[in-house]
Amino acid sequence: MPSTLTPPSVESSALTFQELLFRLQGFWAARGCVLQQPYDVEVGAGTMAPETFLRVLGPKPHRVGYAQPSRRPADGRYGENPNRLFKHTQFQLILKPPPENVQELYLQSLEAMGINLAQHDLKFEEDNWEWPAGGAWGVGWQVMLDGLEITQFTYFQQCGGLDLGPICVELTYGMERIAQFLQDVDSIYDVVWARDPETGAEVTYSDVRWEEELQFSVYNFEMADVPRLWEHFSNYEAEAQTLLAQANALLTDEKASATAKRRFPLLATYELALKCSHLFNLLDARGAISVTERVGVIGRIRALAVGVAKAYAEQQQQLLASTS
Amino acid sequence: MTDFLFELGLEEIPARMIAGAEAELGQRVSDLLTRERLLASGAKLTTYSTPRRLAVLVEGVEAHQADSEEQLTGPSWKVAFKDGAPGPAAVAFAKKAGVALSELQKVTTAKGEYVGAAVKRPGRSATELLASELPKEALAIYWAKNMYWRAGKPERFVRPVRWVVALLGGEIVPLEVAGIAAGRLSRGHRVLHGEGPVDIPAANSYSEALFSSGVVVSVAERRHIIRKALDAATRTIAGARWREDEALVETVVHLTEWPTVILGDFEQEYLALPEEVLVTVMRDHQKYFAIEGANGKLAPHFLAVLNTKVGEAGAAIIRHGNARVLRARFKDARFFWDFDQKTPLTERVESLKSVTFQKELGSFRWKTDENLRVARALAAAVKEDGFSFDEAALLKAVELAKTDLTTELVKEFTELQGVIGGLYARAQKLDERTALAIYEQYIPASAEDNIPLTTEGQLLGLADRIHTIVAMFTIGLMPTGSKDPFALRRAANSIVRILAESNLPLTLSALVGFVPSPAAEEGMHTGISATREDEIRAIAFLRERLQFYLKDVRGFAYDVVNAVLAADSDDVRDAIARAEAVTAVRGSEDFAAISAAVKRIKNILRQAEEKGFTLGSQTGMKLATEAQHLADASGTLAPEVAMLRQEGNYAEALARIAALRPTVDAFFDKVMVLDPDAEVRGAHLRLIDEVLRNFSQIADFSEIVTAA
Repeated sequence: MPSTLTPPSVESSALTFQELLFRLQGFWAARGCVLQQPYDVEVGAGTMAPETFLRVLGPKPHRVGYAQPSRRPADGRYGENPNRLFKHTQFQLILKPPPENVQELYLQSLEAMGINLAQHDLKFEEDNWEWPAGGAWGVGWQVMLDGLEITQFTYFQQCGGLDLGPICVELTYGMERIAQFLQDVDSIYDVVWARDPETGAEVTYSDVRWEEELQFSVYNFEMADVPRLWEHFSNYEAEAQTLLAQANALLTDEKASATAKRRFPLLATYELALKCSHLFNLLDARGAISVTERVGVIGRIRALAVGVAKAYAEQQQQLLASTS
Repeated sequence: MTDFLFELGLEEIPARMIAGAEAELGQRVSDLLTRERLLASGAKLTTYSTPRRLAVLVEGVEAHQADSEEQLTGPSWKVAFKDGAPGPAAVAFAKKAGVALSELQKVTTAKGEYVGAAVKRPGRSATELLASELPKEALAIYWAKNMYWRAGKPERFVRPVRWVVALLGGEIVPLEVAGIAAGRLSRGHRVLHGEGPVDIPAANSYSEALFSSGVVVSVAERRHIIRKALDAATRTIAGARWREDEALVETVVHLTEWPTVILGDFEQEYLALPEEVLVTVMRDHQKYFAIEGANGKLAPHFLAVLNTKVGEAGAAIIRHGNARVLRARFKDARFFWDFDQKTPLTERVESLKSVTFQKELGSFRWKTDENLRVARALAAAVKEDGFSFDEAALLKAVELAKTDLTTELVKEFTELQGVIGGLYARAQKLDERTALAIYEQYIPASAEDNIPLTTEGQLLGLADRIHTIVAMFTIGLMPTGSKDPFALRRAANSIVRILAESNLPLTLSALVGFVPSPAAEEGMHTGISATREDEIRAIAFLRERLQFYLKDVRGFAYDVVNAVLAADSDDVRDAIARAEAVTAVRGSEDFAAISAAVKRIKNILRQAEEKGFTLGSQTGMKLATEAQHLADASGTLAPEVAMLRQEGNYAEALARIAALRPTVDAFFDKVMVLDPDAEVRGAHLRLIDEVLRNFSQIADFSEIVTAA
């Protein structure tokens, strides 16, 4: 019986972190997906980017993929823990409506990343996903490869408190985990990010990101100024609330022009809600949110996110009605 | 006669839901065929399931229903055939029945003469019936959680339906489920067979066809394969055994289509972590089986059940991959363990302020203070009863009981709360009684668990749970129907079991009385305080759980339980003892007679009340001999039964009551209770009322169901 403590000498030519992303993006681009750049406002998950959160609403078909850096301040470990990060990379994919062979396509995408399924153990295990502050949930699986969760596979049912029609599939690939797995390294920081094709020189995950993990852990846990974070929160919230109230008045005003409705900046309003969400996470990491406050603050974020989702769905619907 | 196969192909069904759904599909198909007279006698129904399919094979299906004939009765003959000629009523009836006018018959019944028609109904084919009825049955299967997937949301189901096979013998039954037309093409194992279809030549070759495509469709067979493979893999290590875990076996049975097992290893050094943590990681997080050595201690190996078949190279990769995941989790656990030790439990009480107990009530910091108040009251009461235990150790345990909620290890392994606290307390050299009480505070969590070993642990468990129940009741969060989000029923069940299986001198109402009015944490919901009604409801709730315990856990007959609890339902162990005593005498003839007499007394008293007859007085009355005998016997019995009850000698008390049977029988034979004379009647009523009360101290015998 060979010991599991010494690695088998197969799959030695594992892809680098960036090659994995290329392959995945190439695979889905070839299947009609728009490749977006990651959203440039702090989010805790790919779902929160408007490409997912807002575009899943309404009837318009949508296929998009993007590698979203996802920030979770409380998960930071000063770059010391080999398996945990403050910021990790989710390759996020939305297929609306989902094709019938969506699972088979997903398996093909794994093979595109160099995973030979005949040499691995794959299971789809029940795992339902939920983001209460976004009024969003779905049912699906965590996909387990040799005992490692590599993807969250969700049939999105509701978002922003609205029933989705059509529903969509959301695939969230945990890129660091997949890279760590394929490169067979015990620490995320040892993952090879890039390899110079001429010299063979390697740049590791540590080279690219370690400093960021350390410094943001220090900021998030020790130095972020709590009163000022609260102030930011209130400012962003106030602006979002003002805009949202204006949006709702405008969208229910039958005399308002289609142009006026169309140009109303709900996308900007949503960014303000995302800012609030991130500030909440920072305050939480600072241990600054008491039990009494917690539920209330989540409720405030939910009011904004769900409010924007509803207004956005309404804006899109009116737009469709006016152009048809 | 032929065979019928139905297979519903789905995306992976949650493992926990498969067994129920497989059984339900079998039942629905069986009911449908029976209802439609299509099930041949001696037919055999077999169900199958894997994560991707539910199937049922019926060997012995009639291809056609038998033709049937029905006799219809129509309008009165006289109305329909005036002067022998068919009128409009006759024409209308013939049309409705689908027969010619000439085929109408005269039917003579007790009510008169009517028009009749014999209608032949040709049997429908199984194909036709299954095609129209089966899809509805399939889509009606119950699932704990459903989803939509198709445009327009025409149906909700556990996961998308991707293919359907429906074969009657070798022919396709043209039915459609969720937009998918049935055919003969199934699908095989995702990897071992690939995406191509699997042709099912005939209904009865289903399992062979799928076996050749990498799918074992029989659940029992997969279970057998897995157990054998676990045994075989374990045998490669001398003296080792895999830890039996039936629930885990069922889970992996429902996660695989082609199960195989690999044995993996982890580094010896991780064995320094507590076994509880290692097993939780392996079982709950990774679905691995743990292995123990000949000494019963964990060995540095694990068994993973795979859903594929691979050669040595693949096995090496998979073994290595699984081992790395496990190692990473163990490493995390060890990191958390070491990290947590930097802040001992005693320094964590204040940080419980930021852990919510219940959002309207307050934090676990508040809960800790409340638990301390309850525990002190409990301790005082128990001590007064001469019970000895270490009060300081108890109060320390109560104070620290929830502090592990702030540790990284519990945040990672929430299922180990309490256990981690206990292990930390021990590692931090706190009193062993304190550590053990913290460790055992959440048991019994299920029927398999024991109650806490120590009095301190029992008291901690009682204080915590009774406070939670009363506090939740005061803010209106009592369980309703199937909704019990705070698991209060389980908490109450545990309270009943601790009282039943310990020696603690506590009653249910006393427990509730120890809970001070929860005022809620400062800044939280204001104006919360337990009212007398809340307490009464909480006591009633506990008694309902006692009833459940006696009936469903201890298996006492429902009438015995009702009888015993009607007499008294506050002292758990006393109720059990009385239930045992009543059960022992329940079958005896004397006892049946006594129980009949008690019912009779109750009836008479009820009648008397309805008629406005009042209880009179026996003093100075000259009663009939039999009445006087009963009065004397009952008078003598009363103090004896009370004494015996005090001593807990219920068997003897019941025997003495039963011995009164001749006296009671004679009384009812000879004495008219509701005598016309108001004074006599009043005296009789007073007498039987006393008898009833004397008899009912142990159980209300009128609740006992006796053979007629």
